[in-house]
Amino acid sequence: MAQNNEELVRLKSLTRRALILGGVQLAVFGGIAGRLYQLQVEESDRFALLAEENRINVKLLIPPRGQILDRFGKQLAVNQQNYRVVLTSEQTPNAEATLEALGRIVAVGDSERERVLREVRRNSFVPITVAENLTWEQVSQIEVNAPDLPGISIEVGQTRLYPYGTMFSHLLGYVAKVAESELKESEDPLLTLPDFRIGKNGIEKTYDTALRGKAGTRQIEVNSVGRVIRELSRNEGKPGRDLVLTLDGGLQAYAYQRLMGETAASTVVLDIQTGDVLAMASVPSYDANLFTLGLSAGDWKTLTEDTLKPMTNRTIGGLYAPGSTFKMTVALAALEAGVSPAHAVFCPGVYRLGNARFHCWKRGGHGYMNMRDGIKHSCDVFFYDTARRIGIDRISEMAFKLGLGAPTGIDLHSERAGVIPTRDWKLANFGEPWQGGETLVTAIGQGFVLATPLQLAVMVARLASGKAVTPHLSRGFRDQGPDDAAPPSLFAPLGVPPEHMALILDAMNAVVNEKGGTAGRSKIIEPGWEMGGKTGTSQVRRITMSERAQGVTKNEDLPWHRRDHALFVAFAPVGNPRYACAVVVDHGGGGSAVAAPIAKDILIEVQRRDPLGRPALPEMAANVAQGQGG
Amino acid sequence: MAGVRLLNRQPAMPVGRKLLEINWGLVLLLTLLAGVGCVMLYSAAGGSIEPWAERQAVRYGLALGLLVVVALVDIRFWFRLAYPIYFIAVLMLVAVDVMGAIRMGAERWIDLGFIQLQPSEVMKVALVLALARYFYSVPPEDMGRLTVMAVPILMALVPAGLVLAQPDLGTATMLLLGAGAMLFVAGMRLWMFGAILALAAAAIPIGWEFLHDYQRQRVLTFLNPENDPLGSGYHILQSLIALGSGGVWGRGFLMGTQGHLNFVPEKQTDFIFAMLAEEFGLVGTIGLLCLYLLVLAYGFAIGLRARNHFARLLAIGVTVNLFLYVAINVAMVTGAIPVVGIPLPLISYGGTVMLSLMVSYGLMMSAYVHRDQRISRRGLSEEG
Repeated sequence: MAQNNEELVRLKSLTRRALILGGVQLAVFGGIAGRLYQLQVEESDRFALLAEENRINVKLLIPPRGQILDRFGKQLAVNQQNYRVVLTSEQTPNAEATLEALGRIVAVGDSERERVLREVRRNSFVPITVAENLTWEQVSQIEVNAPDLPGISIEVGQTRLYPYGTMFSHLLGYVAKVAESELKESEDPLLTLPDFRIGKNGIEKTYDTALRGKAGTRQIEVNSVGRVIRELSRNEGKPGRDLVLTLDGGLQAYAYQRLMGETAASTVVLDIQTGDVLAMASVPSYDANLFTLGLSAGDWKTLTEDTLKPMTNRTIGGLYAPGSTFKMTVALAALEAGVSPAHAVFCPGVYRLGNARFHCWKRGGHGYMNMRDGIKHSCDVFFYDTARRIGIDRISEMAFKLGLGAPTGIDLHSERAGVIPTRDWKLANFGEPWQGGETLVTAIGQGFVLATPLQLAVMVARLASGKAVTPHLSRGFRDQGPDDAAPPSLFAPLGVPPEHMALILDAMNAVVNEKGGTAGRSKIIEPGWEMGGKTGTSQVRRITMSERAQGVTKNEDLPWHRRDHALFVAFAPVGNPRYACAVVVDHGGGGSAVAAPIAKDILIEVQRRDPLGRPALPEMAANVAQGQGG
Repeated sequence: MAGVRLLNRQPAMPVGRKLLEINWGLVLLLTLLAGVGCVMLYSAAGGSIEPWAERQAVRYGLALGLLVVVALVDIRFWFRLAYPIYFIAVLMLVAVDVMGAIRMGAERWIDLGFIQLQPSEVMKVALVLALARYFYSVPPEDMGRLTVMAVPILMALVPAGLVLAQPDLGTATMLLLGAGAMLFVAGMRLWMFGAILALAAAAIPIGWEFLHDYQRQRVLTFLNPENDPLGSGYHILQSLIALGSGGVWGRGFLMGTQGHLNFVPEKQTDFIFAMLAEEFGLVGTIGLLCLYLLVLAYGFAIGLRARNHFARLLAIGVTVNLFLYVAINVAMVTGAIPVVGIPLPLISYGGTVMLSLMVSYGLMMSAYVHRDQRISRRGLSEEG
């Protein structure tokens, strides 16, 4: 029975140790239970939050961009359906074969193909854009061939479309991809989206925030690799607001077409009472649609390196010596200084100051000229003499009063200030005191004086209205709310006696409508539509003594870029001024021969169209609503 | 020779009697566990019996049949086969290591045509059998002798080394821990344990050199999970999020987002516990642990109830194996130890583990059915 004893010893030892082992196992389970308690009770909230963050993804929705309309509701910038063809690789057995089949309908370049195949390989369930801006024909062909194109589908997005192409490009601007710097300036999450386009220039830039709208959001549930499982909630956001401009689209189109005959030219038409810009055209122009579709490097180079600078809005970005169009300013300053309008100056064709000789444009001279004659015939000698009497300070003061020498404050970017010289300005910029001869040159709008066509139009509007008119392009939003600032409608008087203004306007009337006036050939014969105006021909080169001796070279014989600028500023109708217009033809030659006829045609057109006499947006809509309500 | 006579006198039980003798309570517990597994696999497939739950159920049915067959076979038969099974298992391990070396990659399987066999799983059962067989023959007074104890230590080290070479750190660890527990229960002197532990501690730096890069990465990630949030640490973090977000009551059956949106890695196999925790909360996880505890308790009870030392050690060895599976898997899923690739027994999807586990429980059941059977020192039965 030794074996039984042995067996007992073994059983005792085994039982003891098995119990110890069981105890250890129980302890381990206890530890695990403690760990589970810690995770599932104590830290449960934190992990529940993490789980939600894991699965819920918020995506931004791009709201439709607000339209831009002219004052009558004509659509100048709209959104177009952009049909994109996308490839989802998990839905096709062979992405390459599908792409090849698609290639028979839509041209897919080699590099595009490579990119698509690369992206498709990385993510099998995210649709990859193969081509954009499909034609309707392509879309329907793809739909018809759908069975042969597994994994291919059509998505609809929106792109900006400018239906009039080049006509409004300078003032509307364009939209394009967000730049790094813009991303830093704004906190709008929309800017981070690759498909988002931001206003880069013109009205699109000035009113970008309102046109943009507010981003919508889409809460989606995603799995661990980012595939969308389902949509949890959706907030459409706020669409961009439609902006109504002061422009008369038809007039703008006419003005643009009229300028197209010139190499480079610009014009502005203003409502003299409200400062509404009715037309603002600049030639040459560019097609803003190029930018929304993605401008090629070559196109960009062509646009920016062109010496005619098609990207520049000449009406606010072009600086010109105003030439004789500046003479009204001098005349008004003289009247202010107490010079009698009847005071006459004899013009022998040249004016002497010390040893210097200042020539009149008319070689033989004008004879005796009073102020009205001086403006009518644009006699330089009369203004040399007058300027010398009153001095530069009074002239520049009046020029500032008429809106020159400072930005007009129009709602566009990159407006230039121009130059009205003063004694301080000369000292600050050249370190030299003002010279007497410079006053004389300033008096005929040459020398330091520089102005934009818009400033010239504002000058005429101020002369014609007697008010401190400033120009603007926006009439407000179509859904104008009480919080929106209304465009200014009443401007403060300039503080110039009305009889002085009347004298100037009368002289401008004589320029066009009296025999011998410098713009007599551009007289408007339609009764009641007559315009008053002033020609200007500004030199871009200095005429030397020897050239003057041999006879001044004719413009036609000079290279284009050295020819004179042709200018004309005008208002109409003379009896009851409503419209102001400025026309500048770059290196066009004489103001009376080249610029005045254009101004005449535009002023006829604007009076024919009568944009101020017709109901406009957004009041138009408000009136309709009221009518319905009443 | 009284013992032999006693053996001779015991008549063989008829099969019907044996069936009644099977511990059906334990079978019910195992079936409950497999049921929980199928429910979780149904959820893991997004509420579908395809592709996992159905197959798992069928497999369990087959494995249960196997358990019964194994249980009905006389314990002495298994006693005699203990060493041969062990040697076959060692040979198979050598075979996969050689194949792995030839094919330049990790090999864990032997394809027998009709079934894919994982030798390391076979070894888990074989080692228990062999150790029980060995200690059955060692009289208590010899337990202190180094030469006697060196044999079982080698019996554990050889397969552990072969498995580590596959490489499979998790299974190798399990084999060693299982063997250690059996040595302890069999009565190995405590000073020997101390000496072995000291040797092992000294061997760690050397062992580190033999670890594969991915194994080192797992250990390092475990030591500092923040180090690598989107790499290996990402899986542990996602597992913890699933566990934690379950809370006390769980997010509801089929409602776990971590599992269904695939944030939890290997959700149908090694990390199925995280899914269960997410959907059934602390109640579910503690409930499952209690089920396992009951199964473990049955094992101990059967072991202590057996009349022969072989059956006792066999039952406890099988129980220790189950415990190791559960403890290592849950510790891994809860981020308490590095990720080692040990499934949750009877719950995780996979045939081999279920098969080996059910066969080992079949052996335990055989020990239970034949609990009053005595075996001669050499394992010879009355016929010898």
